[in-house]
Amino acid sequence: MLWNPEIETMPRHELEKLQVERLRRTVERVYQHVPFYRQKLDEAGIGPAEIRSVADLARLPFTNKQDLRDNYPFGLFAVPKDEIVRVHASSGTTGKMTVVGYTKSDVNTWAEVMARTMACGGVTNKDTVQVAYGYGLFTGGLGAHYGAEKIGAAVIPISGGNTKRQLQIMADFGTTAVACTPSYSLFMAETAAEEGIDLHQLPVRVGFFGAEPWSNAMRREIEEKWGIKAIDIYGLSEVMGPGVASECMVQDGLHVWEDHFMVEVIDPATGEVLPYGEKGELVFTCITKEALPLIRYRTRDISILSNGTCACGRTHLRMHRVMGRTDDMLIIRGVNVFPSQIESVLLEIGETEPHYQLIVDREGNLDDLEIWVEISERLFSDEVRKLEQIEGRIRREIQSTLGISARVKLVEPKTIARSEGKAKRVIDWRDVYSDGNR
Amino acid sequence: MKVKQISIFLENQSGRLARVTKTLGDHHINIRALSIADTTDFGILRLIVSDPEKAWGVLKEQGYTVSATEIIAVQVPDHPGGLAEILQVLDDCGINIEYMYAFVGRSGNDAVVVFRVENIDRAIELLQQKDVKLLCGKEVYNV
Repeated sequence: MLWNPEIETMPRHELEKLQVERLRRTVERVYQHVPFYRQKLDEAGIGPAEIRSVADLARLPFTNKQDLRDNYPFGLFAVPKDEIVRVHASSGTTGKMTVVGYTKSDVNTWAEVMARTMACGGVTNKDTVQVAYGYGLFTGGLGAHYGAEKIGAAVIPISGGNTKRQLQIMADFGTTAVACTPSYSLFMAETAAEEGIDLHQLPVRVGFFGAEPWSNAMRREIEEKWGIKAIDIYGLSEVMGPGVASECMVQDGLHVWEDHFMVEVIDPATGEVLPYGEKGELVFTCITKEALPLIRYRTRDISILSNGTCACGRTHLRMHRVMGRTDDMLIIRGVNVFPSQIESVLLEIGETEPHYQLIVDREGNLDDLEIWVEISERLFSDEVRKLEQIEGRIRREIQSTLGISARVKLVEPKTIARSEGKAKRVIDWRDVYSDGNR
Repeated sequence: MKVKQISIFLENQSGRLARVTKTLGDHHINIRALSIADTTDFGILRLIVSDPEKAWGVLKEQGYTVSATEIIAVQVPDHPGGLAEILQVLDDCGINIEYMYAFVGRSGNDAVVVFRVENIDRAIELLQQKDVKLLCGKEVYNV
């Protein structure tokens, strides 16, 4: 099902024409309104007038997460504050948030691309969509909400958690589509099994899963347990939120909504643009956004792009499901976690350089984080109570700064393997990126 | 009247305790008393040994996290109610016991119990006023 057939099946040369026009306008706007971009564009020696083809995109400078932090909170906004109607934010490496803003028109665009995403899974105004992504500063909940509402579906804005009630509502309200993280869908399935609820008896027939990496094996598990079609969706708040790209029912890559977001895959080391079919870092350029139009934003997500018209008829480029990260960011229960954040918490408590290791696993279907911390002379006490207090303090600090719960385990010195060069801080048993056909 | 105790952090894994005691044995250090406090993940081994300074050094060298703490060793009359009398004294003086354990050896006919208390100097003063027999480090290390 196509939401916007004209755009979604637009011949490539027309789509590219549209892109170049919009790109030029965007560059013009940021050149005029964002000093940061003016300086960068001047340095790169390229002005808006020189953008004549899609290939000129590669001449523009990159933007990264650090640039957003350096200009915290609103320094990269391209419109005056009174045009901003919405602000979202996500956690950053140093505890400083990444703040993004939307104008009224941006919110409409967001709803449009999310409507396309939902239509990809066959959602119409006859559907009931249960949005079990978190609502709040996180973009998941409201993004999915606006998209489903635009289609005219009935939206149940239940947010995450309260699993038994989620299942009750699904049965009672006749939910036909669900939107949440893939791991939460499996957690719901587990709860359903405990409660003796047969998910196959529920009217749910499709799910929109994103906000964390997942594998094909996990997709099969979700589809089997729920008896639904599991659609992989992609987005990041810096570019828009959910709705940057989505799978269709063919499930052969995620269509990037290219009339709003231009996409490239680059070699993360050299910055050079790679041809279709090659693995590299995803880079997005917002070409219709008003509030925060990022130019060549480096996502750190690793993927592959492919062209060619999809069996569904859409002409937009498709990205392979995310296959990894170029940095050490972990996504734990939908929260972005950098080992450096944990390190700074430990530094504050121990006042010395901590030896630590993060062990990430999936307990049942929920991510589980265990932090091993080598005991130091400074922290050690001959009283159990005091050592347990330290564990508790670390746990609480992690909870309050990162918003995730973790188990803390004090271990003997030299327990954690020392490697030459960079310490291996993370052991991830989840195998979230595995694919079987990589 | 203070006695030096060595505490060692141990992960709850088999062989850990054996390794520590072997290290001490290899260095001719005799264990006088010991106690282990444990949780699911780790344990704290507390030791009174013949040569605390040497023990501290060799264990450090082996990479253990070791600390030295001061405790008091009380001679307890070896008859029913003997320990109760001592604990009553401590209680009357308002001395809170962090932990305690008993001695492996004995001193004469009496048993020896080791106490870790919050304010050790004050505790020693009060116990001596009540005529409780305390052992000094030398007496304990060479029992």
